[in-house]
Amino acid sequence: MDEIFGIPAPLLFGQLLLGLINGAFYAMLSLGLAVIFGLLNIINFTHGAQFMMGAFVAWMLLNWLGLGYWWALLLAPLIVGLSGVIIERTMISRLYKLDHLYGLLLTFGIGLIIEGVFRNYFGSSGLPYRPPAELQGGWDLGFMFMPVYRFWVVVFSLVVCLATWLMIEKTRLGAYLRAATENAALVQAFGVNVPRLITLTYGFGVALAALAGVLAAPIYSVNPQMGTNLIIIVFAVVVIGGMGSILGSVLTGFGLGVVEGLTRVFWPEASATVIFVIMAIVLVTRPAGLFGRA
Amino acid sequence: MTDLNRRGLLAASAAGAAFGALPVARARAQAANTIRIGVLNDMSGLYRDVNGPGSVVCARQAVVDSGVTARGINVEIVAGDHQNRPDVGVNIARQWIDRDGVDVILDVPTSSVALAINTVVREKNKVFLNSSAATSDLTGAQCSPNTVHWTYDTYMLAKSTGGAMVRAGGDTWFFITADYAFGHALERDTANFVRAAGGRVLGQVRTPFPGTTDFSSFLVQAQASRAKVIGMANAGGDTINTIKQAAEFGITRRGVKLAALLMFISDVHALGLQTAQGLVCTETFYWDLNDRTRAFTSRVVPNMPQGLRPGMAQAGCYSAVLHYLKTVADMGAAQAKADGAATVARMKAMPTEDDAFGAGTIRADGRRLTPAYLFEVKAPNESRGAWDYYKLLQTTPGEEAFRPIAEGGCALVRS
Repeated sequence: MDEIFGIPAPLLFGQLLLGLINGAFYAMLSLGLAVIFGLLNIINFTHGAQFMMGAFVAWMLLNWLGLGYWWALLLAPLIVGLSGVIIERTMISRLYKLDHLYGLLLTFGIGLIIEGVFRNYFGSSGLPYRPPAELQGGWDLGFMFMPVYRFWVVVFSLVVCLATWLMIEKTRLGAYLRAATENAALVQAFGVNVPRLITLTYGFGVALAALAGVLAAPIYSVNPQMGTNLIIIVFAVVVIGGMGSILGSVLTGFGLGVVEGLTRVFWPEASATVIFVIMAIVLVTRPAGLFGRA
Repeated sequence: MTDLNRRGLLAASAAGAAFGALPVARARAQAANTIRIGVLNDMSGLYRDVNGPGSVVCARQAVVDSGVTARGINVEIVAGDHQNRPDVGVNIARQWIDRDGVDVILDVPTSSVALAINTVVREKNKVFLNSSAATSDLTGAQCSPNTVHWTYDTYMLAKSTGGAMVRAGGDTWFFITADYAFGHALERDTANFVRAAGGRVLGQVRTPFPGTTDFSSFLVQAQASRAKVIGMANAGGDTINTIKQAAEFGITRRGVKLAALLMFISDVHALGLQTAQGLVCTETFYWDLNDRTRAFTSRVVPNMPQGLRPGMAQAGCYSAVLHYLKTVADMGAAQAKADGAATVARMKAMPTEDDAFGAGTIRADGRRLTPAYLFEVKAPNESRGAWDYYKLLQTTPGEEAFRPIAEGGCALVRS
């Protein structure tokens, strides 16, 4: 039997694949965080709550309006993104002149409030949400059973990450965005409406979180604390990748998903800790992160 | 400090004492017949719907139903959130007992927290009525004269659900275990039954708690072991995610059985019958069991959060408070407040009786005996209405359902 470190090879391949799937969520969430941090210089601690809102909006669309998964994939990011725009305009925009810490505290507080409100109305056990009929079932790959839906999650999030990267690196809008990140005052002097750019960027980052939430709804229990569980890991991903680095956050997201998946085979008890161990090592050796500029 | 200042200070404090004496005395007289019950559980995390605010509602209902207020005993109920962390739980418990004069700590899910509180309450000689924690160590190696373990425990779950799975032909097991006191106890107790019945345990995986949301990796490991039964030694949100993802990975469709060793009705509600149908689980209370349970349910449902039906842990809080207040009325509030161990001894001497559980008894080791019901989750087309989720497969009398008193290793029994 083919074995690698005492683990049958097929099992190991299966775990690599599963790690990649979890990595897809880390990548999408950390991408949103990185985009927001890059331009706003704000560590968006509401991100977990906005991920959760995406899943809840999907559930509401289905149960209250009869709109299924595909509509949710389109509408939930728009709705939650809009709520993000409102939060940015009414609250976060007042803090740009202050230290980072204030933005962190504000977004952390908003996140707690949103979670509390959802917990009050929906409890903690969660709500059922099934994958759409087209994506149910799975394939037997020989070494493991691959649910169609998980495969879809990986492909879809790869496409979203790639599209975001292309938009930021290759389009005129992306060029404005990058320029505003470097020197907002100068870009404004050239006639670009920087405050609007900032608002839209925040809305876009939030929409990415909500999109990840819709993707997660059929896999995880849709409950108010679903974001909290994930977001701490995602922050570690962003720190490891380098704050504000788009490509870094995507690659680190997928990579750490795989590392975590492998830990679940070799030492399951440590699987919740391994990412933070890596974070500590990276911070000591490369304080700016793997892909960040010092 | 100068002499003058010190004298002034003394005078001021003497005057304060003189003026303060009257209100203090009055407060003491009032406190002597005021019983304070602290409901300490998970108000914000994955076990919130299993206990949380619902336990507070049930405890309040017990105060109303007990009728002690008419006999001049005031009952105050306070609530706290231990966030499933032993350090937080112990801090709240000490503050409640030392500063706020709390006499009873009620509920306390999460075995690691419950074991810590068990020690605190014993040290302070108060009363610990545990409804939501599962570990059978509370009435075994760590039993205490101040503690009653009310609703269920890992041994009884293992015997009822685990035993039924083995009898149905599930003789090889793989455990997915929450990595803390509760998961370990549930895995240990179930594995003992599996081995005693001639079955084998092929492996186990310990999942970090709290904070694990994706169980697919562990499920694939379980499947690779070729075990016939995957034993889920976890609870609440963890169980929900495990079951949901097991269905997604087609594990149940290939004939592997899932053993939901601890599942509550709120978990079934969250999963939906489509996903949960056919699972078996063990509870000591179900709202639709008989006329008395339905009557109890109709009294508490208007106050329950999100219109939840009470589960066994919450009903246990009702039953425990009712029995405690009966005992207090019997022995007098002042004596009950003064000596927690004596109060628990009196509680053990009286049979328990209430709408939620019917008749029961409390053993010398602090274990309350109550029948265990093995349920199967209905298919969507069998369910006749909201919350009609269970059909009863088997009833085990309380005396047989729980671990025999001699096997627990409780020091209270040996002496």
